[in-house]
Amino acid sequence: MAEFEPVLTANIHKPDSHTLPVYEAGGGYQAIRKVLGEMSPVQVVDLVKASGLRGRGGAGFPCGLKWSFLPQNHPGPFYMCINADESEPGTFNNRVLMELDPHQVIEGIMIGCFATKATNAYLYLRYEYPTAYRRLQQAIDECYAKGYLGDNCFGKGFSLNIYMHRGAAAYICGEETGLIESLEGKRAWPRIKPPFPAIEGAFKKPTVVNNIETLACVPHIVNRGVDWFKSMGIPADPNNPRDPGSYGPKLYCISGHIEKPGCYEMPLGVSCRELVERYGGGVWKGRKGKAAIPGGISMGLLAESEWDTKLDFAGPGKAGCLGLGTAAVVVLDETVSMVDFLHNSCRFFAHESCGQCTPCREGTSWSERILYRIKQGKGRLKDLDLLQTISDSIGIMPGTTICGLADGAAWPIKNALKKFRPEFEEYIKRTNPNGYANSQPVEALEVIGLGAH
Amino acid sequence: MTTTAPTSPVLTPEMVAEIQALFPRYPTRQAITLPALHIVNSKLRHVPMGAIPEIAKLLELAPAQIYDTLTFYGFFKSEQGGFVRAWVCRSISCALRGAEEVLEKMCDKLHVHPGGTTADGKITLEFGECLGLCDFAPAVLANEQVYKSVSLDQVDEICALLKSQADDQASGKCRPTL
Ligand SMILES: Cc1cc2nc3c(=O)[nH]c(=O)nc-3n(C[C@H](O)[C@H](O)[C@H](O)COP(=O)(O)O)c2cc1C
Ligand code: SF4
Ligand code: FES
Repeated sequence: MAEFEPVLTANIHKPDSHTLPVYEAGGGYQAIRKVLGEMSPVQVVDLVKASGLRGRGGAGFPCGLKWSFLPQNHPGPFYMCINADESEPGTFNNRVLMELDPHQVIEGIMIGCFATKATNAYLYLRYEYPTAYRRLQQAIDECYAKGYLGDNCFGKGFSLNIYMHRGAAAYICGEETGLIESLEGKRAWPRIKPPFPAIEGAFKKPTVVNNIETLACVPHIVNRGVDWFKSMGIPADPNNPRDPGSYGPKLYCISGHIEKPGCYEMPLGVSCRELVERYGGGVWKGRKGKAAIPGGISMGLLAESEWDTKLDFAGPGKAGCLGLGTAAVVVLDETVSMVDFLHNSCRFFAHESCGQCTPCREGTSWSERILYRIKQGKGRLKDLDLLQTISDSIGIMPGTTICGLADGAAWPIKNALKKFRPEFEEYIKRTNPNGYANSQPVEALEVIGLGAH
Repeated sequence: MTTTAPTSPVLTPEMVAEIQALFPRYPTRQAITLPALHIVNSKLRHVPMGAIPEIAKLLELAPAQIYDTLTFYGFFKSEQGGFVRAWVCRSISCALRGAEEVLEKMCDKLHVHPGGTTADGKITLEFGECLGLCDFAPAVLANEQVYKSVSLDQVDEICALLKSQADDQASGKCRPTL
């Protein structure tokens, strides 16, 4: 393969990369001009559909297809919600894009709104990104001043307003219908689907929710075409009619026990090992790797022996993980205790469950308590069965919960038990020599810091 | 809290104007709930009970609707926090690089439990979940500033810095930012 030339991060190393003049000097805002001058909304939707662009927010849903679900003869208004709630542990690629190239994001939003006939776009930004907030707001202001936003954008009769809307430190606001509820001023309780947002979304109107990175890809598809976009990545599996393939560039994040943590752009489908060794500089301190989270903590674990797994949309699933998720790799070195890892994961989900569905609220909270008990040397082997039962019974997949947070909470438990069970057993026996075989109900230990976010 | 005597409004005219300026952005008033709470919180460092009916009135909602939303987001507190609010990330990438120890040492140093405010009312110290700064783990976010790859050795220095920032804000030298 020829040396890969960065696409989404092509500008970020330039001085003042976040400003309009620098963006335009690099060819910025040509794609939206082309779209407004030469294309119809349907043509843009078809182009994005043909490019095979899939959502980068976690679910990997084909972007053009999602846009095409909007009702045709609806009087409007239509809304665009941009998901910048980025809170999946290990993930920070949206931050990089928003802080260092906000105009690229805005151009993507413009084209997305033109394609979906949205006249108002709400950019839902997690509260903890103050720099991204300022940079984006500054970029939006620059666009209004230039006539790129507002009424009659670029003098082409297209109107668009982009409003920043800040969250309040709740992971669940990243789930698209939780985001919509939060935007509407309510608790971020995800909705039962259908209806999907495309039919009834924000303010009961047809709405598209897209991730920052997904939208950042769109101007490049317009500028350079479908064939170029499809020249990157892993093609659809011809033997699997349901595989839409994994095309285009991707911002991979690497963090944890790695020499050079960071955000690295490459075509979809790099292997976990290549990412760690070639780009991340290897496991830190010359140590060996033990496992890696393939795409944010919700996706579960790849054992070191599985690191040749390709990080395209289909790869991690083949190794028993939930999916590619956000393509955020977190490396665990050989010294990490899986008990500690799983406690951290369970604590996160117990903290972030919105509490709406009983299996998720209770399941995540009890997993945390059980892991805490094990960690404190009071675990029983039976606890592992309990954890297995919980992880098998919470989530959209078993059909017990409204949103995917619960699947994400279950997956690290499932993978840890499947891939590292002997370690848990050994830990329990070693730390609780007199009680590990106990199967009577035991008192729960008090856990500090529990409760809703 | 007394409920008898008529009290002066909690929201200043500036806050009201800032909230009202957002009306044209959204098709419903309710959508301004979070922005309004942020406006109040950034000025008062909490959302006092008295602010709720006032926000509700502006947004044409029942106070319970505001309260319902407010209590969902643990971000908004009913007790006033410190001039500086600091979050120490405890999620996986940071935990792998010593975040728990950093949090513990900061708690010791400031004599607070996570979530608490120092006795002098200057600093509120909280744990955070993934702050999106995993490339700089362990990460601390305070006063809109990021402290990257914090080591235990840096804790004293950071605490001192936060204190001086809190002093500046307390004396009006620099305004709290949104
Ligand atoms: C619990 C949970 C949290 C999520 N958090 C985010 C997030 O922070 N950012 C994001 O873009 N998508 C997140 N998603 C996925 C969104 O629901 C949605 O699929 C995505 O925003 C759609 O945009 P895309 O198709 O462009 O990826 C989350 C999903 C779940 C179930
Ligand atoms: S699965 Fe969990 S987070 Fe999702 S709606 Fe149900 S309780 Fe809330
Ligand atoms: S895990 Fe700490 S910032 Fe992401």
